[in-house]
Amino acid sequence: MLKEGQVRIPAGCAIAAIIDRKGGLINGSEIIKSIALMHDRSNGLGGGFAAYGIYPEHKDAYAFHIFYDNAEAQKKCEEFLFKHFNVDEAERIPTKKIPAIKNGPDIWRYFARVNRVRMRNARLDEGEYVVQCVTRVNDAYEGAYIFSSGKNMGCFKAVGYPEDVGAFYMLDKYDAYLWTAHGRFPTNTPGWWGGAHPFNVLDWSIVHNGEISSYDANRRYIEQFGYKCTMQTDTEVITYLFDHLMRHHGLPANVAADVLTAPEWDEIDRMSPEKREYFTALRSIYSGALVNGPFSVILGSGKGLLAINDRLKLRSLTAATKGDRAYFASEESAIRIVCPNPDKVWSVSGADPVFVPLEIHQKEES
Amino acid sequence: MAVNYIPRRFNIVRDKERCIECGCCVRQCSNECHYFEAGGTTVLADSTNCVACHRCVDLCPTSALRIEKHVCDYRENANWTPQYQQEICRQAASGGTLLSGMGNPKPYPIYWDKILLNASQVTNPSIDPLREPMEIRTILGRKPEKLTVERKGKAITKMPPQVVVETPILFSAMSFGSISLNAQKSLAMAAQNLGTLFNTGEGGLHPDLEPYTDRAIVQVASGRFGVHKDYLNSARIVEIKIGQGAKPGIGGHLPGEKVNVEVSNARMIPEGSDAISPAPHHDIYSIEDLRQLIWSIKQATGNQKPVSVKIAAVHNVAAIVSGCARAGADIIAIDGFRGGTGAAPTRIRDNVGIPIELALAAADSRLREEGIRSQISLIAAGSFRCSADIVKAIALGADACYCASAPLIAMGCHMCQTCNTGKCNWGIATQRPELTKRLNPDIMHERVENLITAWNHEIKEIMGGMGINSVDSLRGNRLMLRGIGLSDRELAILGIKHAGE
Ligand code: SF4
Ligand code: SF4
Repeated sequence: MLKEGQVRIPAGCAIAAIIDRKGGLINGSEIIKSIALMHDRSNGLGGGFAAYGIYPEHKDAYAFHIFYDNAEAQKKCEEFLFKHFNVDEAERIPTKKIPAIKNGPDIWRYFARVNRVRMRNARLDEGEYVVQCVTRVNDAYEGAYIFSSGKNMGCFKAVGYPEDVGAFYMLDKYDAYLWTAHGRFPTNTPGWWGGAHPFNVLDWSIVHNGEISSYDANRRYIEQFGYKCTMQTDTEVITYLFDHLMRHHGLPANVAADVLTAPEWDEIDRMSPEKREYFTALRSIYSGALVNGPFSVILGSGKGLLAINDRLKLRSLTAATKGDRAYFASEESAIRIVCPNPDKVWSVSGADPVFVPLEIHQKEES
Repeated sequence: MAVNYIPRRFNIVRDKERCIECGCCVRQCSNECHYFEAGGTTVLADSTNCVACHRCVDLCPTSALRIEKHVCDYRENANWTPQYQQEICRQAASGGTLLSGMGNPKPYPIYWDKILLNASQVTNPSIDPLREPMEIRTILGRKPEKLTVERKGKAITKMPPQVVVETPILFSAMSFGSISLNAQKSLAMAAQNLGTLFNTGEGGLHPDLEPYTDRAIVQVASGRFGVHKDYLNSARIVEIKIGQGAKPGIGGHLPGEKVNVEVSNARMIPEGSDAISPAPHHDIYSIEDLRQLIWSIKQATGNQKPVSVKIAAVHNVAAIVSGCARAGADIIAIDGFRGGTGAAPTRIRDNVGIPIELALAAADSRLREEGIRSQISLIAAGSFRCSADIVKAIALGADACYCASAPLIAMGCHMCQTCNTGKCNWGIATQRPELTKRLNPDIMHERVENLITAWNHEIKEIMGGMGINSVDSLRGNRLMLRGIGLSDRELAILGIKHAGE
């Protein structure tokens, strides 16, 4: 059977996220509890988490999480990494043996800074350099797969139910200011850990529920700009769309969200001239980046969290706030189990993406 | 001379029991097939010149008429078919080039019929077009590489001229001269009411069309007929016609007898003179020259009009399209070899060029490889017979489709393929007043509108089935297509998988 990337596999899912906008830390057990409640929305063929703020002692280094199928793959990949980066630390990611998770690859992490000489010779900016190195490994090094490459953040994923994946990686030992989680219901059995979600590029991570009908239009749009959709998943293409719009075109997150979930023409025609001009230009320039069909997406980054839903609201996504914390989940009950009395609960609408900026981060930057 | 025998194509069959000898068919047939018996009141027919346009059949009040194929068998020969023998006879007698009307009728593969569409099941819901908005609005024109914003809700980028159409179906170029003013008027009215565009072709703009110029694409062709500053500025889009699918590499020739006062005024040429469009533009011998013409037109129009370049689908189409995009074309129209024509040399029509399906797929892929597809608009032309053909073209990568033959059929055309004779009984491909008056624009525009409205409904229905509610998400979405009975090579060029994969 073909593995993920060689064939396109539709999937249903559960997603959840928690953020503390002031940067307060949340233990991994909370997000596990939330996603575990939606057990029936996954089928044990993929689960994963992204955690932000977990590596403060290495916050200026890229944290590469890598799956190795064999020692040979590790040897080759490390050769490449040590050449292109200055690696501060390399270690096996600690895991706990549990019966539900089996046949896994060897899982390593590296804290690394870019090799500046090589980067300058390649005439690339740092983000582009890292992305190209990651793509290179994932494309060309059979048996090695970098599934996380951000700073002070990390993805943890496996084939299994999300709560088992959380236990396997011992996520209750990690504290983060932003967590996202994903439980997957793929329509066949790829049995490949790299195919689990979140999907990550630099410090963007995406969890997503749905099967977009615009997939090939979006793929063929984004591949014009040097991306290669090797996984053939919706999550991958949506991540690249965000990465392209925000990193290459310099659009703010909420404008990028408008591109993906642009309002309908009926609505645009009724807007004020300024807004009409904005949305008409956006839909005209980025028609290939409009995402169609059922989806709910949570985009995590060092700057905060963005939640979007499809234009027709074909997939559920609930949001809630309590104090400095915001909660998101495919089902409201998955929020209430960790936050029984929220200040506010609402259903994320297609027209209204929710952006929760991380306030400490902005202060640091300004 | 006895050696020049060419059997007639059709027999006019009159049911004597039904015929009331009213003479309607006598008056209707411009080929003079029907006539009254000398000095009598009995109607007779000579089928020699019958082209099967069905005008008489349609108008006969008692349904007394029927046209059937005339069969005169030749000895079987798969190589020397009757058609080739007859064409040789004709040329042996005349010494001239064979001429034909309408598009390539030969049984080349029609890829639309070998492509199947997708629909949603379970993992992804289909969308009900009666409940949810289904968007087919399309925006033509050059797009900047990226948007710059001041903040969410306020754009800084100033857009180049954009043309909004409410359907991805446009009417392709048909000049005044090749078709009647009434036919043009019907299309213009329909375009206005449908929120789409019609194309004046290369014959200039008749004053009667002025109320509709807001929905007009005007052409600048190698003959430069009727081109002046106001003509360019009156239109929504200016199109440089480099080639036509029915006759790539060939110019045009409107015989002097069709150049009446009106045609001569619109084209700005003397009455009764032949209107010759040279094969090439004599100021475009290379891509840099095209660039200059594009910029001249932009200057003449104060950068207010998108400039389209229309080319015929030939072997190297992908590279040519890319060159046109880089030369500054905002819109590129590719015309496939099944596209129609008022008159073309038969040999050219039937042998030169390639199908639009392959040309479109190759051009779209090439522009994407170069990273410039999203900046320009691509229009496909060259025979769309129904809404499914349009959906397939958009999924292969077209922004919009040019249709001509289909709206003509809506106005009465029966594909008799003798447009070149100027005797069109339906008042379409003719300038004879007694024929053109048969086509009433006030009625015909409604039929054309009905047709496009019906296609729009069907496009929305098909999109809904795919779980797509905006044509933007259908464009270039080749996963929605599967080939049936195609070779690996054909699938690779079309960029689609085979059914079952
Ligand atoms: S139109 Fe019909 S009824 Fe009238 S003369 Fe001709 S065949 Fe007879
Ligand atoms: S336009 Fe008239 S002449 Fe041409 S094919 Fe149609 S019916 Fe025949």
